[in-house]
Amino acid sequence: MRNTSFLSQTLLTATACLFSMGAYAQDTIKVGVLHSLSGTMAISETTLKDTVLMMVEEQNAKGGVLGKQLEAVVVDPASDWPLFAERTRQLLSQDNVDVIFGAWTSVSRKAMLPVLEELNGLLFYPVQYEGEESSKNIFYTGAAPNQQAIPAVDYLMNDLGIERWVLAGTDYVYPRTTNRILEAYLKAEGVADADIMINYTPFSHSDWQSIVADISRFGSAGKATAVVSTINGDANVPFYRELGNQGISSLDIPVIAFSVGEEELSGIDSRPLVGHMAAWNYFQSIDTTANDEFIAQWHDFIGNSDRVTNDPMEATYIGFNMWVKAVEKAGTTDVDAVEQAMIGIETPNLSGGIAVMNKNHHLSKPVLIGEIQSDGQFQVVWETDGVVPGDAWSDYLPGSKDLMSDWTYPTRCGNYNTVTQTCSGGTP
Amino acid sequence: MRTLLLLICCLVFQMAAAQQAPDSAQSTPERDDNVLPSLLLELTEANFRRMPTLVTEIEQAGGRAVLPLLTVLQDGQLYYQVDTRELVRRQESDGGRVTLTDVFSDNERIDVDNQSLEMVRINNRLRAVLQATIARIKLFEGNDAERAEAASIMLSNLDEDNLVVLNEAIADEQVPSVAAMINVALAMNLLVTDAPQAERLAAVEALNGNLEGPVRNLLRSFLDELGRNEQDLEVRAAMASALASIERKVRFYQLMEQAFYGLSLGSVLLLAAIGLAVTFGVMGVINMAHGEMLMLGAYTTYVVQMLMPEFITYSLWVAIPAAFAVSGLVGMFIQRFVIRYLNGRPLETLLATFGISLILQQAVRTIFSPLNRLVVSPEWMSGSWDINPVLSLTNNRLFILLFSIIVFVILLLILKKTSLGLQVRAVSQNRDMAKAMGIRTDWVDAMTFGLGSGVAGIAGVALSQLTNVGPNLGQDYIIDSFMVVVFGGVGNLWGTLVGAFSLGVANKFMEPMTGAVLAKIITLVFIILFIQIRPKGLFPQKGRAAE
Repeated sequence: MRNTSFLSQTLLTATACLFSMGAYAQDTIKVGVLHSLSGTMAISETTLKDTVLMMVEEQNAKGGVLGKQLEAVVVDPASDWPLFAERTRQLLSQDNVDVIFGAWTSVSRKAMLPVLEELNGLLFYPVQYEGEESSKNIFYTGAAPNQQAIPAVDYLMNDLGIERWVLAGTDYVYPRTTNRILEAYLKAEGVADADIMINYTPFSHSDWQSIVADISRFGSAGKATAVVSTINGDANVPFYRELGNQGISSLDIPVIAFSVGEEELSGIDSRPLVGHMAAWNYFQSIDTTANDEFIAQWHDFIGNSDRVTNDPMEATYIGFNMWVKAVEKAGTTDVDAVEQAMIGIETPNLSGGIAVMNKNHHLSKPVLIGEIQSDGQFQVVWETDGVVPGDAWSDYLPGSKDLMSDWTYPTRCGNYNTVTQTCSGGTP
Repeated sequence: MRTLLLLICCLVFQMAAAQQAPDSAQSTPERDDNVLPSLLLELTEANFRRMPTLVTEIEQAGGRAVLPLLTVLQDGQLYYQVDTRELVRRQESDGGRVTLTDVFSDNERIDVDNQSLEMVRINNRLRAVLQATIARIKLFEGNDAERAEAASIMLSNLDEDNLVVLNEAIADEQVPSVAAMINVALAMNLLVTDAPQAERLAAVEALNGNLEGPVRNLLRSFLDELGRNEQDLEVRAAMASALASIERKVRFYQLMEQAFYGLSLGSVLLLAAIGLAVTFGVMGVINMAHGEMLMLGAYTTYVVQMLMPEFITYSLWVAIPAAFAVSGLVGMFIQRFVIRYLNGRPLETLLATFGISLILQQAVRTIFSPLNRLVVSPEWMSGSWDINPVLSLTNNRLFILLFSIIVFVILLLILKKTSLGLQVRAVSQNRDMAKAMGIRTDWVDAMTFGLGSGVAGIAGVALSQLTNVGPNLGQDYIIDSFMVVVFGGVGNLWGTLVGAFSLGVANKFMEPMTGAVLAKIITLVFIILFIQIRPKGLFPQKGRAAE
């Protein structure tokens, strides 16, 4: 008996070696889910894990993909950035997954990237981010800066007549890069140095009194002032509370946030936030049939009708549907084939439009600006006419102005320099 | 733009009408019964583009009597019944209890079904229009404070309509504070008109020392070559000296504000550290689970608020003893079952208590979910105490500052004046001798640890009003707490007090120059250097016992 099991094990290993793509030898297609289920980021990422599981369940009910059932492999990188790289390696080389849905913070994505490129994996990254990156092995289904930050600033400048700007953020890569882009953009629009204030605070900062007083002083110079906030995570709660306590309303100094969504608002008293804004590509309050169905499905799956939906969930929804379509189009789960099949794939988004995957692995999305209501939902006050294609490399930064990303043949490069007409290869 | 024009047209028209009949301006103008109902009906279906003009038309048709409607709309409490389109006011208490009342009469409406209501949505543009409209009405209708505030809102927008209203109001204004505010507005207006030099000089004199933001901005603009650029040299000199004296005052109040922020940060540090000053300072136990005692206190506040949703105002007073009991009991439990067996082995105590802190965090995650919990601030804790336009102290910080000092004094009295305090000090100075004197050292250890933990629980109640209540709350304060206790001198409560406040003030005075991140780093580096020079902290314990 022991011998047989040993024999079969050897045989299995041999088979696995013969077919480097493990999927051929199995009768399920494995979907890796790499979201933090513990630690600081668990607050946001647990929801996305559940979203992927919901999509997998739905797809299996429809008969799976290519006649095979999907099997979700859930691992927990515990909000520990190096662990993201280890878990990616485990998913790709031990579990042999065909695709990974995962990551939230930019630093975790940056940790996964070298492993993905080395082992030729496939990642769908569902969160708005700072751009300046394009990898063959990653599809970015969240917003690039030109699909969130730039339109938001345009709205403030043109519709609200804002002349003075506070760029406030948490001290890490996403806010720093976004603010660098925004600063360059504002200066290109003729905003003086003295009219821009930049402030960084640590993660989960709670003592906002002197910073809010500074902002209020900065805003009392007689020019319309707004705060562009890339403050991330739970530091937002004491920030808005302090604004409310110091009597600064959305009429005096409006705050537009890029990291505050329905999920973040669901745990806090939203009264001091009413009238402040957020820019996203999706809001739960959007009134379309597709969205109503999605919300109903979510409530059904999670078993709680008070749970909210948010933008990264929509990005996961779009990414998952696109991957299914691409696999069906390619007829295989082979990473290279799927990657090429992905480009040009169209699926409906939840706001009544069509999402298209572009050559640079970024989506075309509508940009929406919503005002926070007392019930923690957003009221859309402005939206772009159509969809905006995502731009991996910002046009406002000196280093990345001439770069573009095109993963179709013959260019096939993530950072093609249009001036020197060369591909610098890899990500800088 | 067109909306704005229309709005101005409507207002001018209305003001003209009001001026023609000055008597009616004092009493409530008669409602136009034909137009108003249809306008109110339109309120339920208008889009954001139409809303601002609609509000103006409603004011025009209904006069000052529509004030309740406008304030209800501004507060986001205006709802309508989907089928009948009738407007109702919907208020939700902290506990989620819904009250439906008539918008104008404030009578309770029991006949309306909450489920059939839709909210009348508003956006920022509409809020601005509402604020201006309400200010114009409140200048006549509100109480004294509201009327002064209405006048100060008008300062930043001295257009023709506002001036008409202000001129009308000053004519027989009895209340000095309101009259003063209106006079400031009129003086500001006089400066921008072509009045004779003497009148303008008098206007500058009237503005001298005024701290309102619009006044400062106006004067600055007159002195700015790209702004209004005052040509009359005499007036210009007067303006410059007025602005200089205003800015001197502003700088002084800013300094006061910074000092307050420093004291307030110090009070948070004191609250976080004071429990540790007992367990670590007096008993010498390195308790890494101290942060979790704070967290348990904060969660107790949450549970108390859940149990008494209708009495949020009093919830904190209930939470304070409850948090003391919960954290104190958990602390005694830890002492009896873990720390007691590790007496005199600091490294093992450190590791064991660190393990306990992880267990407690995970327990809270399992029971309450990893998401942050919402702890409501009672009414008396929110808002601020406005001393003048440039200096206002937020109520929650003010209360917590007082609270931290009260806690400190009580703890000091317990340690100095009670027999428990005497025994604690005896045990901490010489355990064997104390035992020989008949003190039950085991019992004293447990009580002391419970006391320290309980005080940490009380601090958690205060922290729940400032920061997020989540499983990681304790982690954010544990380093700060140790920092304060070590800096102040181990075993000395006064040291903890002085240490907390001086670190808080230093941090807040550094922050504007260096930013929040660097200020924290500099503080840490400073403490490391300080400990090198004075290893026993600010106030070292003296005498043989300390050796």
